[in-house]
Amino acid sequence: MERQPCVSPLTPNASPVMDFTQTHFELFGLPQSYALNRDMLDSAYRELQNTVHPDRFASQPEAEQRVAMQWATQVNEAYQTLRHPVNRGVYLLKLQGIDALDANNTKMAPAFLMQQMEWREAIDDARAGKSMDALDALSDDLHAAHRRIEAQLAELIDAAHDYAGASEAVRQLRFMDKLIAEVGDVYEELES
Amino acid sequence: MALLQISEPGMSTAPHQHRLAVGIDLGTTNSLVATVRSGLSVVLDDEAGHSLLPSVVRYHADCRVDVGYAALSAQNLDPHNTVVSVKRFMGRGLADIEDIASLPYRFVDAPGMVQLRTVAGVKSPVEVSAEILKVLRQRAETALGGELLGAVITVPAYFDDAQRQATKDAAQLAGINVLRLLNEPTAAAIAYGLDNASEGVYAVYDLGGGTFDISILKLSKGVFEVLSTNGDSALGGDDFDQRVFCWMLEQGRFSPLSAGDARLLLTKARDAKEALTEHTEVRVTAVLSTGEMMDATLTQAEFNAMTASLVSKTLTPTRKALRDAGLTASEVKGVVMVGGSTRTPCVRQAVADFFKQTPLTNLDPDKVVALGAAMQADVLAGNRVGDDWLLLDVIPLSLGLETMGGLTEKVIPRNTTIPTARAQDFTTFKDGQTAMSVHVLQGERELASDCRSLARFELRGIPPMVAGAARIRVTFQVDADGLLSVAAREQSSGVEASVQVKPSYGLGDEDITRMLKDAFTHAKDDMYARALNEQIVDAQGLIAATRAAMAEDGALLNETETAAIETSITALEKLMAGPDHQAIKRGIEALNAVTTEFAQRRMDQNVRRAMAGQKLETFG
Repeated sequence: MERQPCVSPLTPNASPVMDFTQTHFELFGLPQSYALNRDMLDSAYRELQNTVHPDRFASQPEAEQRVAMQWATQVNEAYQTLRHPVNRGVYLLKLQGIDALDANNTKMAPAFLMQQMEWREAIDDARAGKSMDALDALSDDLHAAHRRIEAQLAELIDAAHDYAGASEAVRQLRFMDKLIAEVGDVYEELES
Repeated sequence: MALLQISEPGMSTAPHQHRLAVGIDLGTTNSLVATVRSGLSVVLDDEAGHSLLPSVVRYHADCRVDVGYAALSAQNLDPHNTVVSVKRFMGRGLADIEDIASLPYRFVDAPGMVQLRTVAGVKSPVEVSAEILKVLRQRAETALGGELLGAVITVPAYFDDAQRQATKDAAQLAGINVLRLLNEPTAAAIAYGLDNASEGVYAVYDLGGGTFDISILKLSKGVFEVLSTNGDSALGGDDFDQRVFCWMLEQGRFSPLSAGDARLLLTKARDAKEALTEHTEVRVTAVLSTGEMMDATLTQAEFNAMTASLVSKTLTPTRKALRDAGLTASEVKGVVMVGGSTRTPCVRQAVADFFKQTPLTNLDPDKVVALGAAMQADVLAGNRVGDDWLLLDVIPLSLGLETMGGLTEKVIPRNTTIPTARAQDFTTFKDGQTAMSVHVLQGERELASDCRSLARFELRGIPPMVAGAARIRVTFQVDADGLLSVAAREQSSGVEASVQVKPSYGLGDEDITRMLKDAFTHAKDDMYARALNEQIVDAQGLIAATRAAMAEDGALLNETETAAIETSITALEKLMAGPDHQAIKRGIEALNAVTTEFAQRRMDQNVRRAMAGQKLETFG
């Protein structure tokens, strides 16, 4: 039989499988805010996995093993969402009914776009010049900018409740992640 | 470590039953089995006192099989039928094997996994590995005096789904219940007792016979969290031997080599490499079957130069792993060395230079993985209460699907903590399209053809709609062994298709059944008795566990639910008295199904209790 064309993605990102009524913040006993106490998140995560992980049920009946796998999956998903700066922002905005990564919403401050183009050029220059030092400096810049946007995001969501502004900041953070990944690729290229 | 176990007043006075569980390091060059005795992890020796079992299998024309030293000593005599380093072929196709020309085997290109033609017939790498595992299982059962509950079997962290599945299949074929597939670097981290007082980030550098792995772990309050892993599943000590082998060819200017002579030179190459770990130079001599000879001296400096590119090849994945973990080399508190090839001085030096610290080498690099696996097996068997630890491991390679234009769409990125599940929605490409081909991939590359193909399956019966109207949800689930299953479902019609990612690599269930039958042709009744016995043991365990759960948490059930569970138990007990193992299996499934909701409620309760304690700790 003739092979049918392959699939084409409908959504830009894979989504969690589990749908649970508790929010991720409730699951870990944390306040619902962008500002995050990372130690509390990590410690609640460890405690939960200690309770639900399939390794705790390896010699138990299958029903218990299955439930354990579902729970551990859910706890991992929640942890990854809250831990990651972009995912946490997207998730908080989703709880407000806003899709920050909506393909129709691409508004971005011109200054940020300019800055981004400059960074791209800097990446190209470092690659062409095979300069590890330039790459290191650029990497530091990008991480510093990333932290600045995270701080803005906390302000926009937690204090100002400016969700439109927050959506834009989330998209900026995503750009930063992509740039940082590209720098990683160049490191790889220069190292090999 | 807990030295004494004192039971609390009012607790069960029955002595805790020690369940027999082992850790198995199924290595490229050598394999080992270890267990925990009186709280200490020990490697189990064979009758001659050897702890290592060379991972070598020789097939004879009369179907006898030699495994280990007996096979190793025959490899020059009978190279076609003596399989060494079979691990490199696990879950691999012919096209994946790079140095095929220099290997003495008669390969058969089979769909999925390459096979080897021997005097005893065509053998799959899974069957060859199962022979090694059978010997280790026998060794363990003799030493421990009973049947094993199960084993933790280690795999390189960088093994993909096909290689993991092949390993699990081999264990099944050897009659071993796999408690968990465990990544080798993680096992080593456990063995190093990094749970004792050590907190912080550690790197495990694992250079074995045929594979290289690097893992970055964070240890914190009894939890081993793997932050990232990377490696090269075709780089190891064998490649160092190969470099020395090439040098020998240059020195000797031999006429084309027979398979036996090639084997001989490779063995000499390995001896030379090993001698150079303690001496600054070594004299290398060989006499071939043709009468040709060589006699030359290899210095450590020459050896370092010819292998420098191999050593630096390990540092590229190491940098990637650090980057994925968001760390720099200076943030690593300790570096654990694993695998026989880390004895090589230039490897140790390169690692020390890279991390700017002396790596940890106080445990035998050949044994450390098996020792850690045994410790994890002890935890999983439930023998350790109160002082155990938790491992949180990751998938080494991204999982995704092929989309239009032959591109890869990643669904689960590499270094995601397992177990994990993700779903992604897809749609049709043509008007009236009623079937969709789902091609599951593993790897980091953008082109589907550059990634490893794990499985293909079709979702059929999609109602005809205009292009882009159908909503097909594809769900990936990776379990705690790192094994993947994929399901696809059209949302409006509910049409479903799913696949345990087995068929395209790994073996189908029918293949396993056939091999099991082959293995038991002379003992059909035995096989039946064994199957019946296994089901009865499983049923007994399940009933005991269910009863214990009801005694503890019966309050979570209403009368109707309790009655339903009791009815299923009674029905299963009736079946256990009969001769039909299939019926018992169905009874087990029925009882499992009727207790699922109960298990869920018990877990909810556990979580509530755990989090209540957590809040007290955090805020109190």
